[in-house]
Amino acid sequence: MKVPDVVGYAKTLPNVVYAENNLYTCSNDTQERIKEKIKEHQLNRVVVASCTPRTHEPLFRNTIREAGLNPYLFEMANIRDQCSWVHMHEFEKATIKSRDLVRMAVAKARLLEPLQRQSVPIVKSALVIGGGLSGMTSALEIANQGFDVYLVEREKEIGGNLRRIHYLLNGEKPQQELKTLITKVKENDRIHLFTEAKIETIEGSIGNFKTKIAINGDSREIEHGSVIVATGAKEYNPTEYLYGQHERVLTQLELEQRLAAGDGLLKSIGGNPRTVVMIQCVGSRDDERPYCSRLCCTHAVKNALKLKELSPTTNVYVLYRDIRTYGFKESYYTEARQKGVVFIRYDKDQKPGVSKNHDGLRVDVYDQTLGIPVEIATDLVVLSTGVVPHEDNKTIAQLLKVPINSEGFFLEAHMKLRPVDFATDGVFLAGLAHYPKTIEESIIQAQAASAKAATILSRESIELEGNISQVADENCDGCAYCVDPCPYKAITLLEYMREGAIKKTVEVNETVCKGCGCCQATCPKKGIFVRGFKLEQIGAQVDAALGVT
Amino acid sequence: MDEKFEPLIIGFCCNWCSYAGADLAGVSRIQYPTSLRIIRVMCSGMIHPNLVVDALTKGGDGVLICGCHPGDCHYQDGNLKAEKRAEAITLMLEDFGIEPERFRLEWVSAAEGARFAQVVKEFTEQIINLGANPNRSG
Repeated sequence: MKVPDVVGYAKTLPNVVYAENNLYTCSNDTQERIKEKIKEHQLNRVVVASCTPRTHEPLFRNTIREAGLNPYLFEMANIRDQCSWVHMHEFEKATIKSRDLVRMAVAKARLLEPLQRQSVPIVKSALVIGGGLSGMTSALEIANQGFDVYLVEREKEIGGNLRRIHYLLNGEKPQQELKTLITKVKENDRIHLFTEAKIETIEGSIGNFKTKIAINGDSREIEHGSVIVATGAKEYNPTEYLYGQHERVLTQLELEQRLAAGDGLLKSIGGNPRTVVMIQCVGSRDDERPYCSRLCCTHAVKNALKLKELSPTTNVYVLYRDIRTYGFKESYYTEARQKGVVFIRYDKDQKPGVSKNHDGLRVDVYDQTLGIPVEIATDLVVLSTGVVPHEDNKTIAQLLKVPINSEGFFLEAHMKLRPVDFATDGVFLAGLAHYPKTIEESIIQAQAASAKAATILSRESIELEGNISQVADENCDGCAYCVDPCPYKAITLLEYMREGAIKKTVEVNETVCKGCGCCQATCPKKGIFVRGFKLEQIGAQVDAALGVT
Repeated sequence: MDEKFEPLIIGFCCNWCSYAGADLAGVSRIQYPTSLRIIRVMCSGMIHPNLVVDALTKGGDGVLICGCHPGDCHYQDGNLKAEKRAEAITLMLEDFGIEPERFRLEWVSAAEGARFAQVVKEFTEQIINLGANPNRSG
């Protein structure tokens, strides 16, 4: 869009005394500049036309507060996400729309009022959902900062998927680490561990959550100030390639289990396998699960190297679509090729075939490089299965009012700016519940999530949102239409004496109200409204959009 | 029908799901018609029916309310209240002699950038077929 045109237009709008164009409006320099301009021109409202208020409104609110303005005297026009990025080929129209969005924001800004925030004390404990690596790490981090943690695990044992990982590419043996971690969690006085437990309800908001947990038919209620979701994910359970029908078709995790057990694998086939075929992208990158599971290529390379280490004469074939041993793990891919592991590319529309062959197996694959079908007689077929989210993510998501994506993984507030946060304040995310991750990535995210949770728990009180309901007593006649729709039971009907007569009205409990505005939309008399989203304020935006006054 | 007719549609999007869905359409660079002017609200359940009726009597060509899918509302069930009000809004529009097809309620999640763009596209086409709002001045 033509930004100078939009700036020039903004200058012509009533009440606008200053407008300028910045390359990076969210940069430190510009924050200082906004403060200077507020003082220089004695501004009492600020409008930023840039990106989304969902990520940047807090920053700019803070900036104008530092310049001495009430933070609620701020409005944003989202001309990036709603114009330049979605109308990339419609230069003129996008410019016109940007003008409209700025005019709408200015119209609302004109009617903004300074708001105060209520302060409520914080319950200094956290709930961590999921006792895998991410959950345990989160729990320990928070406990080590001196806060109580309720760690809830659905299984009998904590440890999650890490219980099935026996060796890493760098030679580390995670089982020892896992044992230490579990002991630390169990011995920590601040960690209250519930196993075979299920979250039943979660109420409240940042600083003050109330959660019911079902444990062995018992129900327990806990109070906590923040939540970390670390529900993990699981291995895809294959139905293809004779899995479950032939004992020599395994998943990578099952192969790893047997290789780690020492002789288990070798004994079952009477010695070292002569040939092993691995098939990549099983249950991944197909129509049902279009996403890449990220871990399986590295897992295959890891197990291929292990096989070569235990039995250098074994032939290892990896049938792949695209090898994604991302980051520095690429060097292990090179190492595997150097050690003689054969990589054969196959196409999504021409998947390999696995069939029984005497006491072994036969794999058919079309080799794209040679341009001919290849037949491999093999002792083992190992499936690199994808990572799939838990079904109960949906339940947890609905209890916490946080989103999951179309694949069933939890969706963070912003992939770059708020990668461990949910849009809902006080709720954070770690580990495989988010998307397929390595051990290191899960640990780092768990540490980040717990650090974020601790920044809340370390405070004495928290300021509630200022955009909550307010009664216009002069308009309210006490009809009480708003009382029932309120999801938080924040509204009560009351009567008082005014000028010698009984006056009916409603009252809002400001520490309970969340500002959803169901009351405002129900009221036939403009007797109750949400501060910052009053009918007049929204109406002014509508009028500005339509160009009527 | 005038081929150059450019509809002007008011969109009320809830902060938690559909406004985020619109942001995702942006981040994903999914292109959609320039007809929509989005007004951010905290919940689809805060839209007073008068806002919709006023927007259409004052000449808006269409009004789109977008909320969270049932069960996903940040405020428990504000979206379901919006759904009930939508029925009332439709009746009110008939009383005012405005085509009810100029108003639409849709569910768009924070993960549905593509769906958001699709909704805008479809609704814009629907409004183009209806033609300009006779209440529109100038």
